[in-house]
Amino acid sequence: MTHSISLTVNGARRDFQLDDPRVTLLDLLRERLQLTGTKKGCDRGQCGACTILVDGKRINSCLALAISHDGADILTIEGVARGDQLHPVQAAFIAHDGFQCGFCTPGQIMSAIGMMREAQAGDDPERIRECMSGNLCRCGAYAGIVDAVLEVQTSEANQRRSA
Amino acid sequence: MKPFDYVRPATIAEAVTAAAQPGATYLAAGTNLLDLMKGGVSRPDRLVDVTHLQGLDKIEHLADGALRIGALVRNADLAHDAAFAKAHPAIAEALLSGASAQLRNAATVGGNLLQRTRCAYFYDPTSRCNRREAGSGCDARGGENRLHAVLGWSENCIATHPSDFCVPLVALDAIVEIEGKSGRRELPLDELHRLPGAAPQRETALEPGDLIVAVRLPATARDFAGHARYLKVRERTSYAFAVVSAAAALRIENGKIREARLALGGVAAKPWRARAAEAVLKGAAPEPSAFSEAAQAALTDAKPSGDNAFKIELARRIVVRALTLAAAGTPARIPALPASPFASGALHA
Amino acid sequence: MPEISLTSAPAHIRHGSNIGQPLTRRDGVLKVKGQAAYAADHHPPGMLFAVIAVSSIARGRVAALDVAAAKGHKGVVDVMTSKHRPELAIDPDIKTNPFVFRMEVLQSDEIRYANQPIAVVIAETLEAATEGAALLAPRYDALAPRVGLDAGETFAPPVVGVGNPAEVQHGDIDAGLAAAAKRIEATYETPPQYHNAMEPHAIVASWDGDTLSIDTPSQAMVMARARVAELFGLVPEKIRICSPFLGGGFGSKGFLTGPQILGVMAAKLVGKPVKLVLRREQMYGPVGHRAPTRQRLRMGIDAEGRFTAIDHHAKTVSSSYDDFYEPAADASHTLYASPAIRSSHEAARVDTGTPLFMRAPGEATGSIALESAIDEMALACGMDPLAFRLTNYAEVEPTTGKPFSSKALRACYEQGAARFGWAKRPLAPRQMRDDSGLLVGWGMGTATFPALMFQAEARAAIRRDGTGVMEIGAHDMGQGAWTALAQIAADGLGLDVDRVEFRSGTSDLPDGGIAGGSAHTATAGNAIHNAGAAVIARLADLATRDERSPLFGAGNAGVVARDGKLFRRDDESRGESYADILARAGLAEIDARGTGAPNPTAQTDYAMHAHGAVFAEVKVDSELGQIRVSRMVGAFAAGRIINPHLVRSQLLGGMIWGLSFALHEEAITDRRTGRIMNADLGEYHIPVNADVPPMDVLTVEEHDPHVNALGIKGVGEIGITGSAGAVANAVWHATGVRVRRFPIRIEELLTPL
Repeated sequence: MTHSISLTVNGARRDFQLDDPRVTLLDLLRERLQLTGTKKGCDRGQCGACTILVDGKRINSCLALAISHDGADILTIEGVARGDQLHPVQAAFIAHDGFQCGFCTPGQIMSAIGMMREAQAGDDPERIRECMSGNLCRCGAYAGIVDAVLEVQTSEANQRRSA
Repeated sequence: MKPFDYVRPATIAEAVTAAAQPGATYLAAGTNLLDLMKGGVSRPDRLVDVTHLQGLDKIEHLADGALRIGALVRNADLAHDAAFAKAHPAIAEALLSGASAQLRNAATVGGNLLQRTRCAYFYDPTSRCNRREAGSGCDARGGENRLHAVLGWSENCIATHPSDFCVPLVALDAIVEIEGKSGRRELPLDELHRLPGAAPQRETALEPGDLIVAVRLPATARDFAGHARYLKVRERTSYAFAVVSAAAALRIENGKIREARLALGGVAAKPWRARAAEAVLKGAAPEPSAFSEAAQAALTDAKPSGDNAFKIELARRIVVRALTLAAAGTPARIPALPASPFASGALHA
Repeated sequence: MPEISLTSAPAHIRHGSNIGQPLTRRDGVLKVKGQAAYAADHHPPGMLFAVIAVSSIARGRVAALDVAAAKGHKGVVDVMTSKHRPELAIDPDIKTNPFVFRMEVLQSDEIRYANQPIAVVIAETLEAATEGAALLAPRYDALAPRVGLDAGETFAPPVVGVGNPAEVQHGDIDAGLAAAAKRIEATYETPPQYHNAMEPHAIVASWDGDTLSIDTPSQAMVMARARVAELFGLVPEKIRICSPFLGGGFGSKGFLTGPQILGVMAAKLVGKPVKLVLRREQMYGPVGHRAPTRQRLRMGIDAEGRFTAIDHHAKTVSSSYDDFYEPAADASHTLYASPAIRSSHEAARVDTGTPLFMRAPGEATGSIALESAIDEMALACGMDPLAFRLTNYAEVEPTTGKPFSSKALRACYEQGAARFGWAKRPLAPRQMRDDSGLLVGWGMGTATFPALMFQAEARAAIRRDGTGVMEIGAHDMGQGAWTALAQIAADGLGLDVDRVEFRSGTSDLPDGGIAGGSAHTATAGNAIHNAGAAVIARLADLATRDERSPLFGAGNAGVVARDGKLFRRDDESRGESYADILARAGLAEIDARGTGAPNPTAQTDYAMHAHGAVFAEVKVDSELGQIRVSRMVGAFAAGRIINPHLVRSQLLGGMIWGLSFALHEEAITDRRTGRIMNADLGEYHIPVNADVPPMDVLTVEEHDPHVNALGIKGVGEIGITGSAGAVANAVWHATGVRVRRFPIRIEELLTPL
């Protein structure tokens, strides 16, 4: 039995037939839509490497069935930059060396973007660290990650103030 | 993952009918269920997806002053609801101390209540587990059980319930609203989860097809808003289950505790309401001696189920600390490290 | 031509030129956009999915597998078992050289450890392969497993680590201890730990006749290629391994593992490309780990606080079927001066996957025990731990008497202590509290790691347009090879880094050696440096012999290369661009090769180590047994720093591993079954962001003329040493409780109120 599914992925509507309800959003993206920027680190919701935004909120795509998210609006790491123009979080990750091996990085960046939308941490490093704790980094790039998020939070706050 | 039929009911009645079949189970966010299915712990034949049901994602203020939280309200949405957090700060703090931001964004209120134990032997389908497979035995007994139950366990099962959210809920007399084959009924949360006894496989009071549609907090729950805390000891600063946790809520008038609520997490197969301790506190001055006496009362029946005797002493100390913090007053804002003793000011509040 | 080559870095920030500059990562844009292709991101046409089924017992045999059930599952194409698999050219248990480790690739039905691969299910979809593997429902003939440090018979291993003697004795330990004014004896335990790189081991294998294309993360591609070649009876040239980005390695991707070979076998079996990715729980067995240790330290000091003896004995375990012995006691060889030093090891065999190299193998385990014992010894003689370390500062390597090639450890101590504020530390424990009443403790540890060199080769070319090419099969597992090596290449070629095409990450390039032992930048870097020098020499030769060149006749005076031009050394007004030289010679390109290797004379004459000093502050809620590291300062001297931006990240990462060693990481093995009960990332705790406090890293200037031409010592592993002990010592200083079993647990600090 196949199921018709419609998703908006990185702004583009994708309609397709899903022949297997077991497919997670993560495996759908990686193995069927060839969007491999989203990573599988544990497949059990324990590392955050698969973080994407669904309807604007960050979730672990490994613990989400694709079929249950029919109609959802999905943003992955591939949809964050505008061509050559990096998202401020992406640029800040490079500037602050917020990664080493880079495997957790797409998840970290999506998580950071989601975190900023949640607007719970502000520019308090302690809150940022807590709010980013759903993304493990084995290389230990946490300092750079926090600095990158802080920089973007601070510059966005400044822009709001001057606007 | 075993193949399953995927059903997306349009109404609660359809959902109940579809889920009452043997082998069927409800799917909400799936943050626990999919994990269990990937591990081979749960192998349902049919998933009844309730996430598209209408009307279950609301937070409602009822005429009698009670608060009704729809079962599909996401954990993060509830915790970040400013009015909710103000009225029920310990619940918000517990929610924010659980799992990760990503999981809290997905996980639902109903799903949180029904999450399964994190006992490693339950999670491992090749180990014997009476909870997973009735009568098969319990490999946690005599195994690696440093984090297992110290209250309410039986020879058949020493697992704990992992929820943070349920701990303050049970303390505050939350009611669970259930739709089932015979219509709607309700149950105190304290009666939802069962202690293992001789039948650990019967984890809850739910019958096949039963769907939790809402959790209700009585109007009296908000009387504790000024003196309510959740405290959690864990092995990482964040993103870890509780070794032991406690929710403490006090109603203090004229320097005396008029009413106290206390519950423990990570110690038993259910969120553990400590009524004996509440009785000790009622009418007492909010002082260390009373807290200490309450802690003794809360753990009177505790006994180690393995290499976990330390949890009994730890639980006593958490009770004292949580009561101390609650007595000092709820902070204006949830701390940067929710429910952590490292949240600023959490030690001698 | 490798598909991965970085010619320019769209987002780098540069303040001058090349070596020593804090360039941002040249692969940064690819990584932040999700465009860096790791092994599992590949999907060749017709590819099938393979999923491994693993053993749930630790010792015995597979008695039965329900292959029919698996094959009956929709989408399953084939099931590879010990009875149905491609033949291998040699027995995978034959050790053809010391760097070959035995692996389980379905050569028999024997089970050596829990989580050993026992079958591979190949299917059209990942979902089908996964369920197919679950349907195999293995039955076993099980034997009682040997579990833990006290299982089995104890024996003296022939060697520890990589060919180190199991016992080293310098001076007379018994006499030293007998003569001591004060003595301590203490035993420390460290648990099994798992590398847990964020990227699970993965392989995409495609056969085309007798040629084989492999995408898999490797810290040593040419060695991996040799292993594949011998197992499948191929000439290495028929195999191409592509590993441009590793999602972390930490040693676990140093040797090709059984599951990776199983991916190649599965592709051969079905005649189609196959992707095989380990599930997280399957990484707790066939891909190496850090063995547990029990270490006994005996120390004696004289009346002035000088060591009379250091005796470091370590017990560890290896697998039942292969040999790797964590060289924990070797950590005592170099750091502290003592007339008598002994390191010795013993081991037992248990039913586990073979332990292997894991970030700072031996140094990490040994360091936490040694640095804890140093703290205990300092306390015993009433000395400040830093003063005690300075009193016993080794001016020459104590066990060999060799001078150090360089050793700026004193400066590390001074600068680190100053930055941390160590001078204000009270000697006695339990003296400090913060504003909220938490106990505060300060601890320190000395860091050290040998400055190693392996073998590597590079090819350099200069093209007619004046740009350069540098080729080397190097490995970037996060340390920053794409960037740091390109910086060395640019300097070697006398070009701006943007004018150099740096090709790396595939096995058909010149052998970049091993990304391990903190030696990759030194080894590959020197190969690159020498290749650059060689091609410049060829270019100079062209010019100085050509009457039409302004450099004609400059042969004796010599030339220098800079900014794409050669200049006369004695008259820099006379020069010519690379492009002009090649154009006149009618050459499209000129190239040369260079190698990087240890200098045997220098190795004989000098002891070569990087050093550092780490200071940690912890806060402890002693009523609840909760510990949190609140700040750390690490000061390191590691020779020349190629890129301070990347080096800082490496050292920070190492310090976090040290924190993790002291407080978090531990694989919990069921004593009855030998199974790891926390084989995941939920219960095997590595630090999360909230566990990691602000950390300061200082790099102390150190010029080392002996280690290699570039003066590089390596920074990949040193950060974990010293740090673990510093955290443990800080916990003692906060609480007065000395915990000798790691990680430190809540219950050990639940002291009576």
